[in-house]
Amino acid sequence: MSDWRIAEHPILTAPERTPVRFTWCGRELEGYLGEPVSSALFAAGVRVFGNHPHDGAPQGIFCANGQCSQCTVLAFGAPVKACMTPLVAGMELLPLEGKPALPLRPPSAERHPIETSEVECLVLGGGPAGLSAAIELGRNGVRTIVVDDKHRLGGKLVLQTHKFFGSIEDCHAGTRGIDIARNLAAEVEQFEVVQVWLNTTALALFADRKVGLLRENHYVVVRPEALLVATGARERALLFRGNTLPGVYGAGAFQTLVNRDMVRPSKRLFVIGGGNVGLIAAYHALQAGIQVVGLCEAEPECGGYQVHRDKLARMGVPIHTSHTILSANGSESVESVTIARLGPDRLPVAGSERTFPADTILIAVGLTPVDEFLWKAREFNLPVAAAGDAEEIAEASAAMFMGRIRGIEIARQLGREVGPPPPEWHRTAEILKSRPGAAIGEELEAIERSIFPVFHCGQEIPCNPCTTICPEQCIVIEGGDLRGLPEYTGEGCIGCERCVALCPGVAITLVDLRPSGTHAVVTLPFELPREKIREGEVVTVLDIGGAILGNVEVLRVRAPKFADHALLVRLSVPRELALSVAGIRKAEETAMEKLDQCLEPVADDEIVCRCERVPAGAVRDLIRDGVRDFNEIKAVTRAGMGACQGKTCAPLLRRLFREMGVDEREVTESTRRPLVIEVPLGAFAGIATGRGPVRDTPVRHATDPHEGGL
Amino acid sequence: MSAKSYDVVIAGAGSVGLPAAYHLAARGVKTLVIDPLPSPGQGSNKAAIGGVRATHSKPSKIRLCLDSIAELSSWRERHGREIEWFAGGYVFVAYHEDDRRELLELLEVQQSHGLDIGWLERDELIERVPHLSAEGLLGGTYAPSDGSASPLLTARAYYEEAVRLGAEFHFGERITAIIRRHGRVVGVRTERGGYATATILNAAGAWGQAVARMAGLDVPVTPDSHEAGITEPLAPLFDPMVVDIRPGEGVKNSYFYQRREGQILFCLTPDPPFLGTDRRETSGFLPRIADRMVDRVPILSRAKVRRTWRGLYPMTPDGSPIIGAVEELPGYLQAVGMCGQGYMLGPGVGQLIARLVSGALSDHDHEVLKDLSANRDFTSAEALG
Repeated sequence: MSDWRIAEHPILTAPERTPVRFTWCGRELEGYLGEPVSSALFAAGVRVFGNHPHDGAPQGIFCANGQCSQCTVLAFGAPVKACMTPLVAGMELLPLEGKPALPLRPPSAERHPIETSEVECLVLGGGPAGLSAAIELGRNGVRTIVVDDKHRLGGKLVLQTHKFFGSIEDCHAGTRGIDIARNLAAEVEQFEVVQVWLNTTALALFADRKVGLLRENHYVVVRPEALLVATGARERALLFRGNTLPGVYGAGAFQTLVNRDMVRPSKRLFVIGGGNVGLIAAYHALQAGIQVVGLCEAEPECGGYQVHRDKLARMGVPIHTSHTILSANGSESVESVTIARLGPDRLPVAGSERTFPADTILIAVGLTPVDEFLWKAREFNLPVAAAGDAEEIAEASAAMFMGRIRGIEIARQLGREVGPPPPEWHRTAEILKSRPGAAIGEELEAIERSIFPVFHCGQEIPCNPCTTICPEQCIVIEGGDLRGLPEYTGEGCIGCERCVALCPGVAITLVDLRPSGTHAVVTLPFELPREKIREGEVVTVLDIGGAILGNVEVLRVRAPKFADHALLVRLSVPRELALSVAGIRKAEETAMEKLDQCLEPVADDEIVCRCERVPAGAVRDLIRDGVRDFNEIKAVTRAGMGACQGKTCAPLLRRLFREMGVDEREVTESTRRPLVIEVPLGAFAGIATGRGPVRDTPVRHATDPHEGGL
Repeated sequence: MSAKSYDVVIAGAGSVGLPAAYHLAARGVKTLVIDPLPSPGQGSNKAAIGGVRATHSKPSKIRLCLDSIAELSSWRERHGREIEWFAGGYVFVAYHEDDRRELLELLEVQQSHGLDIGWLERDELIERVPHLSAEGLLGGTYAPSDGSASPLLTARAYYEEAVRLGAEFHFGERITAIIRRHGRVVGVRTERGGYATATILNAAGAWGQAVARMAGLDVPVTPDSHEAGITEPLAPLFDPMVVDIRPGEGVKNSYFYQRREGQILFCLTPDPPFLGTDRRETSGFLPRIADRMVDRVPILSRAKVRRTWRGLYPMTPDGSPIIGAVEELPGYLQAVGMCGQGYMLGPGVGQLIARLVSGALSDHDHEVLKDLSANRDFTSAEALG
């Protein structure tokens, strides 16, 4: 297996797949039938997919989500998005150089009539919000169609290998996202009134309130009575030198490659952004055997959950707060990253630049709602609601809860006899959406001659599965608020280790002070591949913040079923350290070499619009000239007229206006126009184009891979 | 003259108002352009697909468009700014005997006006438009001197040149009244104040009727709309604009061409027309246009559609513009009712208006103005307007 494929993973198991041969630039390579072409190429070590026709800039994967066209390659001579095109045997692939030519052979002369379906509710997006809504709609007998552009349901849940926060009863806390996806999908399928259309992309909402969709490469039309927009979010881009080099992409794209396709796209990774998305992506990278060179965050503290941050710190990942990226460096693709400290004026401090070798830079600087259909529906007076990130960026737990609420509301609107969602649901939804609270810090208290849990969980976040799982009910949150900090009642612990196994933050240890002598037994959760830890070996243990406490012996490694692929590791720890032990250092030493290279940020040649290769300077000139209309910037520079339709550059343009001190009220936003993604013209003439959907090959999360082996 | 006093105030910074402002400013006329939209060309100009042809059948339009072509084709040379002019030609294709006959009849008229246009038999036509479906093709007209340019870049180019020559522009400002005294124009009132002027040019396109009414006049301009779209950029396929005059269900005709930058632009004329100013996307457009384009050039089936939009056609009863002064109100000029051809007529119209204002009209100009006068007989429509 190529070095670029993930063979060992603590949570995921590579499914059986059929190897097929294909060619890239005439070179014969092997991939798997049905996997996305982009993943087959990454697995073969190919990262540059072509060169931009305007300036020859190397192009690679960017969104991995079918939205941006940056990954376009030629398959059998025709331009296709590599991330959305399934690999077939004998596929001839070429990089896209210049503008594509059309294959001379027409695809098919056969034309099908364009079908129009009428439905009560059309749900756009089969992620956590859309599925939760569909369940409530189905339960109330509402004729519903759920569409999703991927080949399986779950949205971004299928990329989430970690256990979820929140509460068990409201949003599946303690269960891994990939499993929640499967459970929700199974529940949706029970309802005959709910149809699921996979491989279906909504293209446009028209003034006659019909929605045009591309379903399995066929153009179809749906006329809904109500629309639920559960289309999720897209990642924000960032302006810096080299920001369009292959190897710079979003955390979502990365998780798609790693967790869905089980490709290892990187050997050395740097993460920009310390929110939950960046912190979790870095953890997933470590689990996939990728070295995380560092993570930088512009604020003085990471914005994500402290438990996520602590997990990384304990793995030895350097976290640079108050730092920003200055540049991605490399000729054809990323070779290194330069960061700098931000001063009190939030500008990079001269002389603080540091350059780290890295082949991949993940941008995780926030999300923006995908809400085009929401706005269009409001404009065209189609009854519409949004749920999940399309409505408000928050955790998936909140998305599921809001989905249920919206589902019930729509059922009521459509005349179903169902009561309104209980008022406390709205309160719960608000709690689930709440930002992490103050970091309160640890308060460790030993209970002599006893066994008890220790909570390395010093920050208020909406999460309580530990209180639910304890069979003796001896873990409580004072006041019962989901956001409160858990504590041990002081008696009753039977040492079952279930709380240790379940905690989504990997932040509970079990300390056993019953044995006499100098050492205590501490049980820790461990989420790296099994071969990374052995009974009898000596490991370095760390405290909550990642500081080294000392070296201790591994007594036992278990993988009980209830731990759901996590390992439970028992250590023999000197009694005085037992309460502080929070993690085991297992990350390989991170390369920290400082290259003596001082780079000035070159602002005006940074690319704002990656599709049309428009540099910031061209836009700044117009703003300086008094232009305040996005549409004029578009007309003159073409920024926003490319394949992604301005999805990527709009926030960057807004930022340029802000930087130049323009009041946003003076600025006219760009006119929103169909289509959401590019579609072959023939589709609208009833000609099926393309080669069928990406097959359902990826992550099948094997049920019991560890049992018997330990 | 006070700061708020102008020789000419132009209502509308679009396909007509921009070239008019440029030509007036070039003649030293103190000009103010007022437009309620936030920047140049944001009304119907940006919805134009960029085709420019002189091959009409009405002599006045032919003359104006020849002037336009001369101006657009030499723009880069004269001003050093790219507007993407390309003389790719126009073909009108015939797949039915009726269409062939109609085109041939029209060809005689066009040739009699000295236009650069001829007839191509099937194989010659396919040479000009490779990949054109040969099945049932009976030939077509070919006018090699016609072409296309970018309306977006053209609007910006005229705007910048006009500003450089001293024209003023007020965006985001709406004219609320045309002030008259002793039976002639003396100024305009806007939401923000007023400006003294002896001459107002109504270049408000689809909103031309509303501006005329402010002057107590009526002009027979009623907008309808056409939808258009654009594909991803592709390697060069063919040069000319292909006009498909075969009527179909809901369609009067359709046309498409490939820009120099590679994108295919396309548009259709709905039948019956969509009257009014609604510019929202319709569900019928893409299936209709796709059907026709794939019929004509089957390999376009795989060209990916990127974007669609809808623009307004300020129509007149006979399909020709209304240009010039009116007897009823001295000081009121209009250049309205371009019938969807404002972009290709605009430069020629701008030149004409500038000559009209500065008293430099030629004999030809008088003929054009007579032909396009508001007082003309509107009952005879132009063939294939």
